[in-house]
Amino acid sequence: MTTRGTGPADSLEPSPGRGSKMLGGQAVLVSSVSTILFFAVIALVAVLAPGSEIVAERFFDPFHLKQSLLGTESEPSVAGAFLLNVYIFTISEVLILILALIIAVVRGIPGPVFFPFRMVAIAYTDLFRGIPLILVLYIIGFGVPGLGLAGVSYLSDVTYGIIALVLVYSAYVAEVYRAGIESVHVSQNAAARSLGLSRWQSLRFVVLPQAVRRVIPPLLNDFIGLQKDTALVSVLGSIEAVRAAQIYGASQFNYASYVVAALLFVLITIPLARLTDRLIARDKRRRQAGAVA
Amino acid sequence: MRGGEARGEAPALVLEGVHKSFGEEEVLKGIDLIVEPHEVVCLIGASGSGKSTLLKCVNLTEPVDSGRIVVDGEEITAPGVNVNRVRQKIGIVFQAFNLFPHMTVIQNITLAPREVLKKSRKEAEGRALELLERFGLLDKRDEYPDRLSGGQQQRVAIVRALAMRPSVMLLDEVTSALDPELVAEVLGVIRELAGEGMTMLIATHEMGFARDIASRVCFLDEGRILEQGPPEKIFSSPENPRTRRFLQRIIAAGRL
Repeated sequence: MTTRGTGPADSLEPSPGRGSKMLGGQAVLVSSVSTILFFAVIALVAVLAPGSEIVAERFFDPFHLKQSLLGTESEPSVAGAFLLNVYIFTISEVLILILALIIAVVRGIPGPVFFPFRMVAIAYTDLFRGIPLILVLYIIGFGVPGLGLAGVSYLSDVTYGIIALVLVYSAYVAEVYRAGIESVHVSQNAAARSLGLSRWQSLRFVVLPQAVRRVIPPLLNDFIGLQKDTALVSVLGSIEAVRAAQIYGASQFNYASYVVAALLFVLITIPLARLTDRLIARDKRRRQAGAVA
Repeated sequence: MRGGEARGEAPALVLEGVHKSFGEEEVLKGIDLIVEPHEVVCLIGASGSGKSTLLKCVNLTEPVDSGRIVVDGEEITAPGVNVNRVRQKIGIVFQAFNLFPHMTVIQNITLAPREVLKKSRKEAEGRALELLERFGLLDKRDEYPDRLSGGQQQRVAIVRALAMRPSVMLLDEVTSALDPELVAEVLGVIRELAGEGMTMLIATHEMGFARDIASRVCFLDEGRILEQGPPEKIFSSPENPRTRRFLQRIIAAGRL
């Protein structure tokens, strides 16, 4: 992360009495010792807790970890079910990127003629950022099939899940896009328009490319959230990783399956988190380079 | 030659009674100005005298409150006029360059010809390379703007405007954001354009340059053109006391 260090190595001026004159080697030593102590205390608490043996057996038993990962004849594999999560968020992310962009652009169209469109875009973001995702899932997943309409009422649970995720996350992502669009200086649009480009051409070729570049880090952040929220689609009955872990736990009386599911989510989130960090760092470098020039 | 050629041709640019206010503040209080083809008109005056606003009105960046602006015989302030088409004929260069930072030099220059004039990539790039070569920027064609000096960026901005083959060029304090040693290269480009007969309306603080290049100098003060005439006259024997005072201040500051 881009935490701004306040430790000895980062302080610009040595302040007496705060150990800021510490040498590099000593700093490494101190940080190593404090790290070891920190984790030792946590481990000690976990081990010394009265129920620690039971927890170790219920959550971390190697046999169950492996068996829930791969599945048995009667219980689904958590890893296999996790592929459904991957499928859900992959499809959702593409649709969110498109729908959110449309909402953000519509919200920015000036002129009285477009007033109702702007209102719809604002109402949309207000509504779907306000309702908890799980309620949207219920409303879409159980409400739409209940309507009995040909075409929309007989889709799969996964499809309803994707629709709910797209509806909710597009509201967030639209705001991210909008922030990006507003961060592009008005003089850029003025320059484009002065060359004879239409409002739409200016948006498409000049404003949006710059806006999207700037919002990639917050966009990825939202997508990390989305990846985890695919677990909520299980409330509609889809057997994704968390639901598979639940099934395993209920029949084997062992919760190692939950640990497996958690690890899978972390595993797929880490690359995206590191990518976000790198993009933020790159953006920071660029802005500093720009400020110098 | 400039004056002679203008005979019989319609004026390149006509402003009649142009008024413009920002809220309570009236920035332009009735501007009348005629620019003949191939004429180079320099607008001088203190900051806040309305020079930039005047150029923005001609470019339709700012709508005028009243009055008429006619470019090449077409009234661009008429209701229902196609703003995008009008702007194709009027090139404008800004103080802050306003190049598109996500595009290379050649992309900056060819964007409008390709998207607005619907030129082929080959045709647009051919024209761009021709202009870049003429202004000594050919080796910068694939650079991004932030890799260029201020002077180079401003020259690219001029080329970008020229690529649309405008009939009038508006230059808004194009050297004000530049380090002193970079001013000359930009002025050189403008001088070259003037030599080719490009019609230009230039707002500038560079009095020496204005005296040098202008076929006519207009002194703006508080939203009015107080005095205009050939540069020799304005700079050596101005009639209006305000013009005299302004020029005295400029001379005192060592800018003329």
